[in-house]
Amino acid sequence: MPAPDPSTQDPADTGRYGAPRRLWRALDRHRPPGTDTVTRGWRSPLRGPWLTSVYGLALLVTLPLVVVTGLLDYAAYAPRFGQAFPTDVGWLRLPYFDWPTRPAWLFRLTQGLHVGLGIVIVPVVLAKLWSVIPKLFDWPPARSVAQVLERLSLLLLVGGILFQIATGLLNIQYAYVFGFDFYTAHYFGAWVFTAALVVHVVLKLPRLVTALRSRSPGAELRTPVAATRPEPPDPDGLVPARPGPPTVGRRGALALVGGGSLLLAALTVGQSFDGPLRRTAWLLPRGQDPGGGPNGFPVNRSVAAAGVRPEETGAAWRLTLRGGGTTATLDRAALLAMPQHTARLPIACVEGWSTVQTWTGVRLRDLAALAGVPEPASAHVRSLERTGLFRQATLQGNQVRDPDSLLALRVNGADLSADHGFPARVIVPALPGVHCTKWVSGIDFRADG
Amino acid sequence: MARWLARLRAAYGAGPRHLLVLLLCFAVTGWVALRVSGEATWGRMLLWFVGAVIVHDLVLFPVYATADRALRGVLGVRTRPAGDGDTEPDPRRLALLNHVRVPALASALLFLVFLPGLLGWGADTYRAATAQERTPFLLRWLAVSGVLFLLSALLWLLRRARR
Repeated sequence: MPAPDPSTQDPADTGRYGAPRRLWRALDRHRPPGTDTVTRGWRSPLRGPWLTSVYGLALLVTLPLVVVTGLLDYAAYAPRFGQAFPTDVGWLRLPYFDWPTRPAWLFRLTQGLHVGLGIVIVPVVLAKLWSVIPKLFDWPPARSVAQVLERLSLLLLVGGILFQIATGLLNIQYAYVFGFDFYTAHYFGAWVFTAALVVHVVLKLPRLVTALRSRSPGAELRTPVAATRPEPPDPDGLVPARPGPPTVGRRGALALVGGGSLLLAALTVGQSFDGPLRRTAWLLPRGQDPGGGPNGFPVNRSVAAAGVRPEETGAAWRLTLRGGGTTATLDRAALLAMPQHTARLPIACVEGWSTVQTWTGVRLRDLAALAGVPEPASAHVRSLERTGLFRQATLQGNQVRDPDSLLALRVNGADLSADHGFPARVIVPALPGVHCTKWVSGIDFRADG
Repeated sequence: MARWLARLRAAYGAGPRHLLVLLLCFAVTGWVALRVSGEATWGRMLLWFVGAVIVHDLVLFPVYATADRALRGVLGVRTRPAGDGDTEPDPRRLALLNHVRVPALASALLFLVFLPGLLGWGADTYRAATAQERTPFLLRWLAVSGVLFLLSALLWLLRRARR
C-alpha cells in the first residue's frame, strides 16, 4: 500500500490512535463523569471553523507586527552596549545593527504600534479563545504522542499571549503587582509565545484556508440573526453537537469584536498625540493633563524620584566632557554661549506614548569636537541620578553625529523644567525616551566604539 | 523513506513536519526556561504564565458564560436547542438581550484592560514616573459604562418605535 500523501493528511490524525495504542484506547474508554454533559452542553450555533478562522486571520495579520515591533524596540536600545534589558539573551535577538536616527519618528512608530496593537487585539484574542474553548474539555485529551505535544504547545501559546498581554498592560499602567522584572519576563515570554505561534500557524494554516473558503464572507455579512445556521460538523469538534437557537449572527459576532477593538483604539491612540487629542486616552496614565506652559508635556521620571537635588543643578553644576585624552568642563553659561540649534523632535517611551516638542541646545557633534573627538564612534552619557537602570546611556556614532542630536538646554523657548532634566538633557532623533538622559553631568566621546 | 514515514505516522501520530516544528518550539522554550531559572523570581513568572491560562479558562470564561445564561434566563430567551413545539426566539426579546449584552461586554472589556488605573494600583511608581498623583479612574469608567448603556438604551427605544 502506498504511503498517504502527507500534504493531504491531517497534521495530527484525529480519529486514529498512535503508539502505544492500548494506552490511548483505554484513555478514550475511561471517560470521566460529566464529560458527555460538557460536550453536549455547548450551545452557541456560531462556534465553528469559519468564525474561528476569521478571528485567527485577524491575529495572523496583527500578531507578527506586534512581535516584530517588540523585537525592534529591543534593538533600539542598542543591545551591543549591554543597555537593552534583559542583557543576557544569547541568540534570542535580532542581529546587532545601528538603530537609525531617521526618520525621527521611527521609535515613536514602532513603540506606538507595539503597545497600541497589543491593546487593540485584546478583544480578538478573547473571542478566538471563546471560539475554541470546547476543545479544552475534549475527551480523550489525546490519541497519540503528537497530540500530547501539540496540546502542550497550545498551553505555551495561550499562556504566552495572556502573559504578554497581562504584563504589558500592567507595565504601561505602572502597576508592578507581579513582583518580577518586567523586561525579563516580557522579553522571554515573547519568545516562548512566538515559538508556539509558529507551531500553531504551521500546523493550522491549511485548516484556516479551508475554513475561510468554506463560506462566503459577503453572504455571512448579509445573513440576519434569524437565518443564521450552525456550520456543518467539523473534524475538530468546534461546531456544537446540540446548538441552541442563534441570538447573534456571525455578522454580529464580528461587529462586536471589531467594535471592542475600535473602542480600545479610541481610548488609546491619544497617548501618542499632543494637545486636546491626548485627553482622549481618558483611562490611561498618558492621557492625563500634563500641565500648561512650555514644559507642559509628559514626564517619564520625576526629579524627586531621580534623587537629583537642586544644589546639584544650580550654579555649581558643571558638564564634564572627555575624549581623546582631553577633559573640558563647562558651566551652563558656557554652553548657552556656544552655537545653539533648534529641532522639533518626538520623544517616545517604551510604554507606547509619545510627544513632539521643540528643543534648543548644543549639537552633540559640536561637543564631541570640543572634547577632541570630531568623529566619535560612540558616546557615554552620565546623569546626576544615583540609582536606576537609565542613569547612563551609550549613544552610537550615528546618534552623536546627527545634526539634530542635541544636549538640550531649553524646550519650547523656555529653560527645561527640573522634571524634564534641567540643566541639560540629551535629545536624539528616534532614540528611546529613557536613553535621552536627563540631568546630564558628563559625556565621554569614544573614537573606537 | 516512504515506509519510514508511514511508521513514524503510525507510532507518533503525525508527519515529520509536525514533529520538527514542535521540537523547535520546545527547544526555544527549554532554552528560555534554562535562562529564566537563574532568576530569583522564576517561580512567580511560571505562576503568572500558567495562572493566566487557568484564570482565563476556568474563571473568566465560566463567569461571563454563566452571566450570559443568567441574563438570558431573566429576559426569557431560550438557550436550549429547539425541541418539538418550540418556536423561534421572540425578536423583541432578542433585541433587548443584545442591547444589554453589548454595553455590558464593552464595559467589562474596559474594566479588564484598564484595571490597574481604575483601581489606582502602583501609586508610588506612578508618581515616580509621571510627577503626578494617581487618582483612581473608577468613576470615569462608570461614566463611560453609563454612556454606553444609555446609548444602547436609546438605540433600542428608537428601533422599537420604528417597528
